[in-house]
Amino acid sequence: MATSTPSKPVTTLDEATVRFCGDSGDGMQLAGTQFTNTSALLGNDVATFPDFPAEIRAPRGTKAGVSGFQIHFSSNEIFTPGDTVDALVAMNPAALATNLSDLRAGGILLVNKDAFEKKGLEQAGYASDPTEGDGLEKYKLHSVEMTKLTRLAVEGFGLSVKEADRCRNFFAMGLVFWLYDRSLDPTLRFIEQKFGKRPEVAKANTSALKAGYHYGETVEAINTQYHVGPAKLPSGTYRNIMGNTALAWGLLAAAQRSGKRLFLGAYPITPASDVLHELSKHKNFDVLTFQAEDEIAAVTATIGAAFAGEMAVTASSGPGIALKGEALGLAVMTELPMVVINVQRGGPSTGLPTKTEQSDLFQAMYGRNGECPMPILAASSPGDCFDVAQEAWRIAVRFMTPVMILSDGYLANGSEPWRIPDLSELPSVDVEHPGPSLNGDEFMPYDRDERLARPWAIPGTPGLMHRLGGLEKQDGTGNVCYDPDNHEQMCKTRAQKVANVADDVPLQELDGPDSGDLLVLSWGGTYGACATAVHQTQGAGKKVSHCHLRYLNPFPKNFEKILRSFDKVMIPELNLGQLSVMVRSEFLIDTIGLTKVQGKPFSVAEIVDKINEVLG
Amino acid sequence: MSIDSPLPVLKPADFASDQDVRWCPGCGDYSILAQMKKMLPTLGTPQENIVFISGIGCSSRFPYYMNTYGMHSIHGRAPAVATGLKTCRPDLQVWVITGDGDGLSIGGNHLMHAIRRNMDLNIVLFNNRIYGLTKGQYSPTSPLGKKTKSSPMGAIDNPLHPLSIAIGCEATFVARSIDTNIKHLGNILKRGAEHQGTAFIEVYQNCNVFNDGAWEYAKSRDTKAETTLELEHGKPLIFGKDRQKGIRLNGLDPEVVELGKGITEDDLLFHDERSPEPSLAYLLSRMRNEDGFPEPIGVFRSVDKPRYDEQTNDQIDQATKERGKGDLETLFRSGETWKVA
Ligand SMILES: Cc1ncc(C[n+]2csc(CCOP(=O)(O)OP(=O)(O)O)c2C)c(N)n1
Ligand code: SF4
Ligand SMILES: [Mg+2]
Repeated sequence: MATSTPSKPVTTLDEATVRFCGDSGDGMQLAGTQFTNTSALLGNDVATFPDFPAEIRAPRGTKAGVSGFQIHFSSNEIFTPGDTVDALVAMNPAALATNLSDLRAGGILLVNKDAFEKKGLEQAGYASDPTEGDGLEKYKLHSVEMTKLTRLAVEGFGLSVKEADRCRNFFAMGLVFWLYDRSLDPTLRFIEQKFGKRPEVAKANTSALKAGYHYGETVEAINTQYHVGPAKLPSGTYRNIMGNTALAWGLLAAAQRSGKRLFLGAYPITPASDVLHELSKHKNFDVLTFQAEDEIAAVTATIGAAFAGEMAVTASSGPGIALKGEALGLAVMTELPMVVINVQRGGPSTGLPTKTEQSDLFQAMYGRNGECPMPILAASSPGDCFDVAQEAWRIAVRFMTPVMILSDGYLANGSEPWRIPDLSELPSVDVEHPGPSLNGDEFMPYDRDERLARPWAIPGTPGLMHRLGGLEKQDGTGNVCYDPDNHEQMCKTRAQKVANVADDVPLQELDGPDSGDLLVLSWGGTYGACATAVHQTQGAGKKVSHCHLRYLNPFPKNFEKILRSFDKVMIPELNLGQLSVMVRSEFLIDTIGLTKVQGKPFSVAEIVDKINEVLG
Repeated sequence: MSIDSPLPVLKPADFASDQDVRWCPGCGDYSILAQMKKMLPTLGTPQENIVFISGIGCSSRFPYYMNTYGMHSIHGRAPAVATGLKTCRPDLQVWVITGDGDGLSIGGNHLMHAIRRNMDLNIVLFNNRIYGLTKGQYSPTSPLGKKTKSSPMGAIDNPLHPLSIAIGCEATFVARSIDTNIKHLGNILKRGAEHQGTAFIEVYQNCNVFNDGAWEYAKSRDTKAETTLELEHGKPLIFGKDRQKGIRLNGLDPEVVELGKGITEDDLLFHDERSPEPSLAYLLSRMRNEDGFPEPIGVFRSVDKPRYDEQTNDQIDQATKERGKGDLETLFRSGETWKVA
């Protein structure tokens, strides 16, 4: 169905932010995803922020059970899901109570009026119906009887009341689609695909969707439609991609481009499980996914797979990475290439499983016994997860080392338009295994090349039989060795090898002038908020530049020079200042921290405010 | 090696690495190592296709002494390391060497899961009923009342019985042997190697430093005929110096009976290692010397079941057959896409 001729005035906007929120059973994630895909197809740049409770079904109607999905869409390039929302859809009182503070003054508020009955209001802590009294006049409030209208729309398809009510999110979608002048076609195609096998459900959802759309067209109270045109992104073919999908696809690409089968050892954990799910779908890419009995088995099986000569990967989140700690030491000691993924979540302990945080940087750097360094890379956006996965594997192979990737819940579940790369653009990784040795010469498994990497000899190769293990190795032969000087030399060699990675990665880039009053230094998933904040303050004439790190260990070679070129260094982090500690201890340079551990990403305003405060 | 050169005939010495063996003199591990080196050449598998993976413990030093591929991994995790290796490389013959502490305490979880997946691994558990490497604490197989450094008043943890655990996980091959019973041990190792799927072998091993004599009853010339029973497939369970005793079923329980006096071989329990149900094997695993039974040695169970390593690779073949070889371009363009000029 094409967008009908507008019967109401259309206002064109540069950008807008919409949030759907409701009970976790209300289908808000689906609504958000559909709105995102539709906007992306329309050519908008989009950034999303899904936010859901840790419980699968918290008690219905409670604040604990509220699930939300925020979409920022724009005709310009954008990097964040938006600080405040322009339109809020609240499916019940609990959703209104927990989300209203993010709606900007003058914003559009669409509520499902039918849910504002006694019990729902009580659960949300409202003494009286907020949609009736004063208090919401700051907003453009539209109380819509969504339950009733949806039931009417699906009448005659033979659905139970419960089933009919499940179509309500489609009604809400239809209405918001009309409001922002979006086509229904992608969602209609989705309904066909998803519910094709149950025609009555497909018809009902279609009908609810269209009813919502027509409601917008006809109801007089809603008097303006908004239009956000396509963004001028670099030319190419695009799709929308989520961080975990991009990570999985990056691994697939890396395996193919290095001529390896891909082995993933994993144990389910939020928010990393989708990497396991996605790769499990693609066995025809020569992918072996092993759902282990625990994270220790996942990582040790990964070590076995690396020994076997395949591209070996293990993926988890903080608690699982903690369990993997001892085995990661074995991986460092055996100097086998593998990729270790930590999709970070709020900690410590079980912490905030569904919320984002960057508090595992220390764990990645220092969280193992002994002198046990490994390269660490962090992804900066959902799409960047694709590139980081390939880069991690490249480094792992070239340096014969485990490489840690830090992603986070925000990147994992967030999505953005992704320019589909040409296969020829993808890096290829040359993997070498020494061939058979038939002359009886002793094989030296810990012989080293100019990077200090040792040979990756794999079982099945005649003449190269050797034994690996966690006991200290003699340099060269790899035999067990307790010699004090050898141990010190080996510790230093392993450290130097990781340090050598800096020679093999690009120099650090800077967004803004090479020197100035303030450097905003960030890493990982905070990229979007920091970049946007720096652009804003640069626009206001501040001498501020932005440095966003992908390589956290080792730091890029020119990093210190960059740090010393600014009067002040400010580090926004979703932890209590871990990168700050690293920078201070390595360079003796003072830093100004902006830290946050609320399970939520930074807003742009928080960073702008801090920049202004620091610059006085 | 080139394909047309004849396969070299390997000798036990070819399987010895250049490393000095560092177990205590008199340790039962030496004998197991010797039997392994003697047995492997009889399989005809090239050295480079054999891998030994171990955990941590005296027993787990084993791979260093074998001129094959190997990994001395971390405490308890050898079955998981081997699982990753074998999953990727079903062409390799993979051995897991573990101890009673390594396999049943810290690594119990991995052992259980490797077995239930029927990974094609040969797992040899050196049971010395003690923590050897850490100098003599009681282990999960130490008997009740065992006095050690960490149990001066006697162990109060009910012991585990390795074979009962393996059979509980429905291991497809389960066997027991004794370090000094060298011919028997060699045969059992060979049968384990030939089995497809998880072969779980418990070896009674003497730690002469921290738990000397733990298996004396089963090893001594004077007592072993009465305290052990050699299992033979299809044969009645007979034991004793003059082979005058047997095991008979009394209801669901085994009992020791004297042959003669109206009891013939036909009244005895017959061993069936191929029984699809693990109940008989389990019953045998519960026969204990301390309860007045001879302890069976030999193959308790040997059945054929699908293997994880084979099936997971089959799934790749099946997916590739159904959907074609994975193509990145097609994957990236699946779902909704749009063009920006
Ligand atoms: C994580 C960890 N915890 C503890 C140890 C110490 N440790 C080494 S071997 C061992 C027990 C070994 O007992 P067993 O498996 O019976 O082997 P044995 O030495 O008797 O052959 C222990 C507790 C370790 N190496 N790693
Ligand atoms: S401590 Fe015991 S098990 Fe370990 S090597 Fe010595 S005798 Fe053998
Ligand atoms: Mg032991």
